[in-house]
Amino acid sequence: MSTNDSEVVRHADGNGAVGEQLPDRFDNPGLPPHRPRLTDTDPAAARRATRQVVALFTISILGTIGFVVAYALVPDGNTIASIRLSNLLLGLGLFLAMFGIGAAAIHWAKTLMSDREVAEDRHPQRSSPQDREAAVAVLREGAADSGIARRGVLKGAVVSALVLAPLTIAVPLIGEVGGHWRVSTLRHTLWERGKRLTRDPSGTPIKAEDVTVGSVFHVIPDGLREGENADHWIEEKAKAVVLMVRLDHADLREAEDRKDWSYEGIVAYSKICTHVGCPVALYEQQTHHLLCPCHQSTFDIADGARVIFGPANRPLPQLPIAVDDEGYLVAQSDFTEPIGPSYWERLK
Amino acid sequence: MSRPSKGSGPAATADYLDQRTGIGLAVKAFARKVFPDHWSFLLGEIALYSFLVLLITGVFLTLFFVPSMAQVTYDGPFAPMQGVQMSEAFRSTMALSFEVTGGLLMRQIHHWAAVVFIAAIVTHMMRVFFTGAFRKPREVNWLVGFVLMILGIAAGFSGYSLPDDVLSGNGLRITDGVVKSIPIIGSYLSYFIFGGEFPGDAIIPRLFTVHILLVPGLILALIGLHIFFVVLHKHTHYGLPGRTERNVVGYPLFPVYVAKAGGFFFIVFGVFALMGATMTINPVWNYGPYDPSPVSAGAQPDWYMLFLEGALRLMPGQGTEWVIGGFTIPMNVLVPAVVLPGLLFTALAAYPFLEAYVTGDRREHHIADRPRNAPVRTAIGVAILTAFGVLVLAGSNDIIATHFGLSINAITDVCRLLLVVTPFLAFWVTKRVCLGLQRKDRELVLHGHETGRIVRFASGEYIEVHRPLDEYERWVRVANEPRRPVELLPVEDERGVRRRGYRRDAFRARLSRFFFEDRVEPVTPAELVATQSHGGHDAALELPAATAAADAHRR
Repeated sequence: MSTNDSEVVRHADGNGAVGEQLPDRFDNPGLPPHRPRLTDTDPAAARRATRQVVALFTISILGTIGFVVAYALVPDGNTIASIRLSNLLLGLGLFLAMFGIGAAAIHWAKTLMSDREVAEDRHPQRSSPQDREAAVAVLREGAADSGIARRGVLKGAVVSALVLAPLTIAVPLIGEVGGHWRVSTLRHTLWERGKRLTRDPSGTPIKAEDVTVGSVFHVIPDGLREGENADHWIEEKAKAVVLMVRLDHADLREAEDRKDWSYEGIVAYSKICTHVGCPVALYEQQTHHLLCPCHQSTFDIADGARVIFGPANRPLPQLPIAVDDEGYLVAQSDFTEPIGPSYWERLK
Repeated sequence: MSRPSKGSGPAATADYLDQRTGIGLAVKAFARKVFPDHWSFLLGEIALYSFLVLLITGVFLTLFFVPSMAQVTYDGPFAPMQGVQMSEAFRSTMALSFEVTGGLLMRQIHHWAAVVFIAAIVTHMMRVFFTGAFRKPREVNWLVGFVLMILGIAAGFSGYSLPDDVLSGNGLRITDGVVKSIPIIGSYLSYFIFGGEFPGDAIIPRLFTVHILLVPGLILALIGLHIFFVVLHKHTHYGLPGRTERNVVGYPLFPVYVAKAGGFFFIVFGVFALMGATMTINPVWNYGPYDPSPVSAGAQPDWYMLFLEGALRLMPGQGTEWVIGGFTIPMNVLVPAVVLPGLLFTALAAYPFLEAYVTGDRREHHIADRPRNAPVRTAIGVAILTAFGVLVLAGSNDIIATHFGLSINAITDVCRLLLVVTPFLAFWVTKRVCLGLQRKDRELVLHGHETGRIVRFASGEYIEVHRPLDEYERWVRVANEPRRPVELLPVEDERGVRRRGYRRDAFRARLSRFFFEDRVEPVTPAELVATQSHGGHDAALELPAATAAADAHRR
């Protein structure tokens, strides 16, 4: 919409048409004239500003004193209320101590220090041609002195040695940093044939008759923290947690090959989301939907934990269960597929 | 050889130092160094001061925190937690909150400062982006700043996880799930991070080292480099009167900036203290120690992680897990958590180089653009921020659902749509707004301010008197240099031979047209003169802008 190039504009003034060459762009008018502040012109205002600055520094000093007094006199005690009071008083003291200094310094700068803008020259970043030539000459001289261009074998040797040397750090680091590195352990959990389902976290076994329709059980395998698991129970728990509910037979839809994986409407599914591994803990009794609170993947427990919404792709793995001689719920086997989020070699 | 001067006091100290370090030269060169003043230059300062506050409070915290995952039983003063099994990390977090006087304050200041640190980095980056302050010679410093942003997020995330509470533990579990989704090396990378299977007993000590040594060390070094470059390049300034590409206008470091910038550190610290005193953050005693089974509804990460969380939530899961040759590629995780941030961050890092390629501009730039004067750049920035905003919103979809009684599925579906549509809409709107603002600038320069004074001529004509801009007001609106698309040379040269590199040039010309075809150029002196001379009577009436108003009606 604009005219671009410099142009001769003929315009009329009182004396008639005169040709005039105008520049392409306006000229920079330069710094505007300095406007004095009240404190520059009025000594009373300057004195007032000085007093204000002193007052602000005084507030800081009082804040520090208040902080120390609060530390000494208001113990943090044992209750939430006493801790909150101590926190509030210390925080306010610290606030005044710091803010007072800051406000004083800035007020000082704005009212009493010169507000005349000054200009400094900039220079192009690149060095001068002479300097560049000198730099190149120095490098050439050094390179020639080292003989690296003539003795190719030297170049190869220095590069090889430098490239290989970091292996001394990297090899043991990579060897040790991943623990045992056996990623196949991701496939297995503590569940096995006959392993009792127990309540999380008490570890008490669960009788099938105790599981009423609509109730939810957060389940861990029996003996989670005992024996050889004592040291790494938390990893085992992270894989083995199960969510168990009993559904009305009328609601339950089961795949043909999984008819015997449930017990009288009691179904058990891995609690670890197949998306990125959050515990899928929000069960809605009316709809039989299980919602992951992290990313809202929603699974239908009545229908093989099928994904009905959200970013998860696969149903939650089902734990085949049965009842032992004493009437306690037990696993029939481990999960038949790796639990939790997908990874490259999951199906291998 | 000079003798150390006798006596004491500052002069003697200065002499002592100078004889051993030659510091006089540095003081001479830097003490009165000029820095330009503008509120938007404070954003980077907030980031710097947040980092200093983080160092101070962080050192305090390390003296009481125990980075261990060994299990202990709680026996401290907080009654609801009595007898609960927890890691030493969680136990010591409880202790430094409830048993160390002032410890809770330090923890809350530390967390607030961390949240603001990253926010300040991001807004500082936005300032640099929208004003084109990343252009030559500052591209390298843009990259330094970009790495600082990544490190800031790494510092935030690693620190967030240290208390080993159930909320951050589930955050780590999500991280583990995301890492496992990476093709080929995923499960090994997970073992690399956790020292074996998740969660293991190594992650807290490892994160501790990352959080208190590795990342802050790198941040400190890069802040040094960042500021060195600022001093070397001298700060940009806006195109105000008297500012040019060859000078820097502002106030001297000593005393003005020592007082202002130094004072501002205390202001920032003071505000964090107030926040720590009055606003609870990360009350881990409400969450409880990490355990792989429980999870809380309405869980939110710190704000800088929300966009990733939102992306994970928005990605539809059905049909997005590929199995190729028996190997699983979970695109429902890879796309939102790896590909998307990868693209976003790469684009951010590369933008200065991309724009330099498009404009073909190899000159140094020290005058910061007004965002309106680079409409396409501004629009790109706003489009990216809009997408970011939608993802943040999606990351809080559960909170929105519970607070407003909406269906979470509906919110998610709407956000999916918004993510695709709004960036384009935002681009278009922003570009139009920029062009509109530029037209407004032209209008103002050509026709002056409205005065509200109505004058009636002898002929009966009414006009409103316009007051022309003074040269300082005008300069702000005409200082920017008009930018035009690069010219594309014809396919064949003058001898009819097909030019080499034509396709490359044509591509660049297309990009350049995208950037600069729609444009409003600043008023030239000729245009101003032409506008003012449409009628002969203004000068006589001393109403130079009168005809401008009439002219505006005619247009």
